[in-house]
Amino acid sequence: MTDATAGGMAAPAFSRPKSSLLSQTALVKRRNAAEARFKAYGIGAIILSLATLGFMLFTIFTDGITAFFQAKLSFPLELTAETLDPDGNRNRDEMASVTTLGYNRVLAEAFQKELTAKGIAVAGQSERDVADMISKDAAGDLRAMVLANPDVVGTTIDATVLATGRIDGFLKGRVTMETAERDSNVTPEQLQLAEQLRDAGILRSEFNWDFITSPDASDQRPEAAGLGVAIMGSAYMMLLVLITCVPIGVAASIYLEEFAPKNVWTDAIEVNISNLAAVPSIVFGILGLAIFINFAGMPNSSSLVGALVLSLMTLPTIIIATRASIKAVPPSIRDAALGIGASKMQTVFHHVLPLAMPGILTGTILGLASALGETAPLLLIGMVAFVDNYPSAPVEGFLDPATALPVQVYGWAQRADPAFIERSSGAIIILLIFLVVMNVLAILLRRRFERRW
Amino acid sequence: MSVLFLLVVLAVLAIAAFVLCRQRVMASVQGNPKHLHSLPIYYGWHGAIMVVLPALAGLVLWLIIQPIIIENRIEADLPPQMLTGTGSMDLVMSDVRRVAGGLDVAVEQGAMTEEEAGMIRTEFTNVRDRLAAVGVALGSTVTAPVLNAAQDYRVMTAWGAMGRTILGVILGVAGLIYAVMITGKDFRARNRVEQVIQGLLIAASSIAILTTVGIVYSMLTETFNFFSQYPIQDFFFSLTWSPNFRGNSDFGIIPLIWGTLYITLISMIVSVPLGLFAAIYLAEYATKRVRAWVKPLIEVIAGIPTVVFGLFALVTVGPLLRDYFAQPLGLGDSGASVMNAGIVIGILNIPFISSLSDDIINSVPQSMRDGSLGLGATKSETIRQVVLPAALPGIVGACLMAASRAIGETMIVVMGAGAAAQLSLNPFEAMTTMTVKIVGQLTGDTDFAAPETLVAFALGMTLFVITLALNIVALLVVRKYREQYD
Repeated sequence: MTDATAGGMAAPAFSRPKSSLLSQTALVKRRNAAEARFKAYGIGAIILSLATLGFMLFTIFTDGITAFFQAKLSFPLELTAETLDPDGNRNRDEMASVTTLGYNRVLAEAFQKELTAKGIAVAGQSERDVADMISKDAAGDLRAMVLANPDVVGTTIDATVLATGRIDGFLKGRVTMETAERDSNVTPEQLQLAEQLRDAGILRSEFNWDFITSPDASDQRPEAAGLGVAIMGSAYMMLLVLITCVPIGVAASIYLEEFAPKNVWTDAIEVNISNLAAVPSIVFGILGLAIFINFAGMPNSSSLVGALVLSLMTLPTIIIATRASIKAVPPSIRDAALGIGASKMQTVFHHVLPLAMPGILTGTILGLASALGETAPLLLIGMVAFVDNYPSAPVEGFLDPATALPVQVYGWAQRADPAFIERSSGAIIILLIFLVVMNVLAILLRRRFERRW
Repeated sequence: MSVLFLLVVLAVLAIAAFVLCRQRVMASVQGNPKHLHSLPIYYGWHGAIMVVLPALAGLVLWLIIQPIIIENRIEADLPPQMLTGTGSMDLVMSDVRRVAGGLDVAVEQGAMTEEEAGMIRTEFTNVRDRLAAVGVALGSTVTAPVLNAAQDYRVMTAWGAMGRTILGVILGVAGLIYAVMITGKDFRARNRVEQVIQGLLIAASSIAILTTVGIVYSMLTETFNFFSQYPIQDFFFSLTWSPNFRGNSDFGIIPLIWGTLYITLISMIVSVPLGLFAAIYLAEYATKRVRAWVKPLIEVIAGIPTVVFGLFALVTVGPLLRDYFAQPLGLGDSGASVMNAGIVIGILNIPFISSLSDDIINSVPQSMRDGSLGLGATKSETIRQVVLPAALPGIVGACLMAASRAIGETMIVVMGAGAAAQLSLNPFEAMTTMTVKIVGQLTGDTDFAAPETLVAFALGMTLFVITLALNIVALLVVRKYREQYD
């Protein structure tokens, strides 16, 4: 702009109002204002984008961080032998005939007894209401625990059981007296009782490892839902994607970069790779459903099919990254190797590939990270189904039904109970932690091993 | 004899071949590798490859051919009245497989002996109850032809497994013998090994083509299937979309295309100005330090999984728009809306547009800027009147790619746009897209003979063609631009 004003001064012959560096004409002012505005738009766009990103992460963290804490009730629990082992033989098979209903009763009685002992009561509340504060999951857990170790029957243990999702929500501020009025799953009296229980130290909010390790739970029991199966499914898939994608991707890149003659077939491959990178991910899901499940008859919602679909999706990413890093190895290395008598193949495998390795690794990790977050194709191959059994150990485990972290996020977000939104955001936190770790690893690798030739 | 067992046998044979060939060639030159054509290790590898490659090829062929032969044999044995109507063969075969699998389980658990499983007849035993006792639930009672077919099936699979193993072992041993025989000091082992490796490399790079072929083939066949059951003109020109799993469905794609394009339009209105201005600032104004921090931060957006944006749309943006815009303006009270999905997809696409445009703006030669500045233009005038016009084809290309991503985006629209297929101009109403309907029609219990399921493939094909066309146009535009300055 100084040029512009200087130009104005150098040409006084024009019948323009004189301007100087000290006093600006209206035109110069307007142009300078436009300049400032233009710059401000740029800053504004960046700030707006980053602010939205920040806002999104902030809402998800505030929603999700509470999923890692869980309201639990602890009270002494007498495992009455009459109910749990009517025959008195401590025989596991006989005791198995007692269903969770019996355990429910034991829990309810013990809880009521503790309340009476501590002198906690809220007027106008039935025993049923009090018992309903214990999660429906607790009886099942207790039954499994007793059947695993029948000798505990008849003793009194210090039990810590889950409270229901609504009570948990009350401790976290999600459920209030007002919402409880309109809610058929919880009464204001229960909340009052919960307040007293908290003051008495029976009801506590604790860090919730089960959220990370235990399997999914049904619609009625948000408090028991966990990410165990999803994390295992994602881990299996990432392992399989790594096994299938890296050798194929590296082999394809080596061929295209080092050996491929310039012909129609090679051109077709190149065009295909760049197109596949742009195909919507859901199309890969359709492919997986039609080819792997319907045609090849692989089991629905297994991690193997999921991994194959993700591999096909990730392959272009890995090929593009690998080719870039192979291309970055200077030709002098190849010439030197060829010059001392190495074959073309030896040159590539002994010299070029090791030097390109850091770049390949970085690209692979980034490809895996994007595969880890992919959801849509997995929905089509049935991974959204409710799975509450852990897949078994590899290799058979790859064929077991499983689910994946991002799919679990979606699955929980679709459920009616608002407590699942908290779980969903919590699952995102775990997912993002994995992604951050992978990306940081990629950046560190790049910093550590990157070579400028 | 499982496949795994065969693979273990082959691995052992391969190691043996490796060691044998290497020893043999070293013995042939009295332990002096100088007289060999190739390094000794190549003779070893040659042996291993000769064992593994033919055996694996045979195994794969066998695994493909065996089911076809078995199915044909069983089809020939079944009474013809069971095989009337299309698709009935598939149903009968799946019954046969299920019964055969049940008999396998029964034998495995010891509830039946092997002979019993081969001999039982529906006239004397209720097979369904027997199988239910070992935990195999069958849908209907087992008829005599199905049971007979299942027993035949078991016998044939057993023979097949035996034959497969024998073939694999014979091929492996033959390869081993061949490799050992051919190995000698003048044998060009390295050339042979390198040829095989090169073949593998070519095969690996062809997977990209196979994937495309697989995509097109799988969608085309099912799309043709669909159009044989539903008129093609109704699909492309009907204005109603109302699938009904009891039949009588309307599959007009127009409401879905409208929803898709409307959402894409809104997303572009959000992402193009933000992305473009961010790119301009980063490329032209920002200091090195600012750029080093801000560029990766914006790219963080691209690394976040789309399901996270979906949840953001569902939980935060949707209710916000509803409470502060739609309801006060009287435009509707749906949390899921076109606006919601459009805005969130727009945010997702910001880094995409900004990094592509950034690259393109940076590739505009500095001399053009200098010329403009030298003539007295301000920096913003230079950008607007010189840099952007020069970069325009590339920016248009970037925008087309972003549009193609918005069209193919799935999770955000599934969670944020709603499921009601309708033609409306109101951006605060819930509408739906092609991707939402693909997910909707293909999740849950699906019957691959019904048009309600098959329509998803026709939608997928349409989506594939649209995004492919956009990408190709974008690539052409970008390529044309690149030729001007390089």
